Amino acid sequence: MGRIGCRGNQEKAGVGSTDQQSSAPELLRMERITKRFGDLVANDEVTFEVLPGEIHALLGENGAGKSTLMKILYGLQQPDSGQINLDRRPVTIRSPHEAVSLGIGMVHQKFMLVPNLTALENVVLGVSSPRPPLLELRDPRRRLMKLAEEHELAIDPDVPVWQLSVGAQQRLEILKALYRGARLLILDEPTAVLAPVEVGQLFRVMRLLAAEGRGIVFISHKLSEVKAVSDRITVLRLGRVTGSLPTAAASPSILSSMMVGRDVSLERVSPPVQGDAPILELQDVSCLTDRRTPGLDSVSLTVRRGEIVGVAGVDGNGQRELVECIAGLRPITGGRIAIQGRPPKGALRTIGLLGLIPEDRHEQGLVGDFDVAENLVLRAYGRRPFSAFGFLRWNHIRSHAVEQIDAYDIRCPGPETKVHHLSGGNQQKVIVARETQEDPALLVAAQPTRGLDVGAVESVLNLIRGQRDRGAAVLLVSTELPELFAVSDRVVVMHAGQIMGAVPPDPTRLGEVGEMMMGHTIQVAGDGGTAA
Amino acid sequence: MPLDPAFITDWGSAGIRLATPLILATVGGVFAERSGVFNIGIEGMMLVGAFTAVATSYYLGASADPAVISLLAAIAAMLAGGGIAFIHAFLTVTRRVDQIITGAAINILALGLTNTLFRAIWGETGRERVAGFPEVRVPVLADIPVVGPILFQQSLIVFVAYFIPIIAAFVLFRTTWGLTIRAGGDFPLAVDTAGLSVTRVRYAAVLFGGAMAGLAGAALALGAVRYFTPGMTAGRGFIVLGAIVVGRWHPMIAAGACLLFGAADAFQLRAQALNLGIPYQFFIMLPYVLAVAAVAGAIGRASPPQQLGRPYRREAG
Repeated sequence: MGRIGCRGNQEKAGVGSTDQQSSAPELLRMERITKRFGDLVANDEVTFEVLPGEIHALLGENGAGKSTLMKILYGLQQPDSGQINLDRRPVTIRSPHEAVSLGIGMVHQKFMLVPNLTALENVVLGVSSPRPPLLELRDPRRRLMKLAEEHELAIDPDVPVWQLSVGAQQRLEILKALYRGARLLILDEPTAVLAPVEVGQLFRVMRLLAAEGRGIVFISHKLSEVKAVSDRITVLRLGRVTGSLPTAAASPSILSSMMVGRDVSLERVSPPVQGDAPILELQDVSCLTDRRTPGLDSVSLTVRRGEIVGVAGVDGNGQRELVECIAGLRPITGGRIAIQGRPPKGALRTIGLLGLIPEDRHEQGLVGDFDVAENLVLRAYGRRPFSAFGFLRWNHIRSHAVEQIDAYDIRCPGPETKVHHLSGGNQQKVIVARETQEDPALLVAAQPTRGLDVGAVESVLNLIRGQRDRGAAVLLVSTELPELFAVSDRVVVMHAGQIMGAVPPDPTRLGEVGEMMMGHTIQVAGDGGTAA
Repeated sequence: MPLDPAFITDWGSAGIRLATPLILATVGGVFAERSGVFNIGIEGMMLVGAFTAVATSYYLGASADPAVISLLAAIAAMLAGGGIAFIHAFLTVTRRVDQIITGAAINILALGLTNTLFRAIWGETGRERVAGFPEVRVPVLADIPVVGPILFQQSLIVFVAYFIPIIAAFVLFRTTWGLTIRAGGDFPLAVDTAGLSVTRVRYAAVLFGGAMAGLAGAALALGAVRYFTPGMTAGRGFIVLGAIVVGRWHPMIAAGACLLFGAADAFQLRAQALNLGIPYQFFIMLPYVLAVAAVAGAIGRASPPQQLGRPYRREAG
């Protein structure tokens, strides 16, 4: 259905322009762009073009060079060589401001919004006021609301941005770009933060914008989404274009081999294990967020020995608070948490009780300036064999690191490598190695595959499966439904700090999960059960 | 005895007078911190402002109308405060030096500089009274019992301090400049991608903050005592930092906090004279203890500009 709509768009765009169909009037042409960072070639002679009215998907794994290419287009980085043409005229884009004045808008993965300003204030920031220096908001408000209405981008202009949901912030970012007259809109992984229903809404908006003759660059690594919404697909791998083709001609297997160079699957490998003894028990647990708003609302959950319980949900619906409560890092305001019968406070200090793979591996999981060996003993350094009488025993720490590097296939020059030099996947392996070293009864993994490429996702998930098979209880929090369904024995869904329900990891139940992620309650028949 | 009208008038009047330097410096500090630059050098900038104001007034002597002299002295103090603030801005914004260390260095610099110059001008012990801000009495309003003399019979600079927080709040919340300043401390990257210069915004806010600290120094020195003594700011620059937090980075609420601290200061001066048998040092502590308590109570509930204290650097890699 999507493609029919898009074809219509192109026709409309064609009508609007004076050029003939054969020499389609390109909106953007980036020609032979090369960008190096030291030895790494991030973009290697990349050529990329966008037509007016076209949704052009830029597909590739993390590190394939998509972001670099778009940062160059948006003036955040300068290419080493190559040429950018807009409307067939060569342009140099030295700053985001120049990009904006050329009609390029970008919705970054991490939103460029000032949290303490209102939505409307964010929109007018940097745009000249009708009566400078007074902050005149009446006309801008009218224009903003008109844009919002025309493009189905509902927004409350007077609410501070930090109070807006992630989806609303994204709508605001799109409106901000439109307000500044964007003819070319770059959307960097826009679906990563959205629930399935919101993804559908976003796609509708994208088609609406394309129908107006704007060019849309849609960056993604999700094949299904690219297939659903784009007109054309360009695939990047290791900084090079491996192909550019109309979406109609692209099959998932062609695309995935163009992306990865081999076929990757996230199929289930082991049947669900029947859990037995409860390891983690939550009863009516409530807590507050950092902003003192309700974080968790009477959450009850049990995770048993030898089972992986997946926690699905749109980011920011209490998952972080759930993990922090279980790890004893956030006080609870009601209810009871027990890990093997003990309260969570101090659980991280108890040997062999709790392993924690935190959500933000740079901030919470690793010390970037420490080397691999040091990071591997961050939890156990105070004990034998790593120290004695208060002195570190470096020979033990080093030999331990060598063993772990081998056992977990951590790709690094050696134990003395600083972890910030490692790739995301290898950093995550360091964390998994450290957190599972003492065979904890419970492993809590928060977004363990975020930002990893497909190969690394596979190995991290396999490590987590290995823990389950050893008999650990595992709580796996992720926003990626396919992953959750591939490894979990049971999936619970969180919305607004509550657990909406539980389903078995049966692909036919994906729709229910999507509904529950939006906050709809569903009568779950029989199974799923232990999340009473 | 302490509750008779005469005492209240006297106390309130002194409270407002003592709050005036705090209010002026606080408004400047709010701007700097809103833009993302922490300035613990306010103390030093006030001290330099006080010295400059007194020295200017001293050298101009009786050559002109006191009102003109005090005006010129105030301008000189603002320039001096702004000059010191330029050092702070250059080091913290351009050179990205740690803002706390720079601020501390500025305080030490200011103390040494003013001590030395003080001796050079007035010698070891000398302190000379100079022309200060003229006393203004608003007709009719000053005749209101109790409140009248407190509010409307004050030094000229006090009346300036009445309006500054209101103007500052207007600029901060009702102009594009204010919008940019607020964004600069919260999420400078958004300012940058909007085509505005984070560097320029932060320089402007820090320089304004310095000028206001200089003016605060002038208010301190020329408002009542009309002479300079080394180290005469006596930690008021740090009370200002507390007032900013208590005032949740809003010029008018912060000015309210300053009034509270000024009233406490005025009270302790009077309490010392009451001979209550308590060592006077405990009374001197009062405004400072109050400031610490107020900040401790405010912290956690107020949310500071999110990038306060962090140098901005456009992503390199």
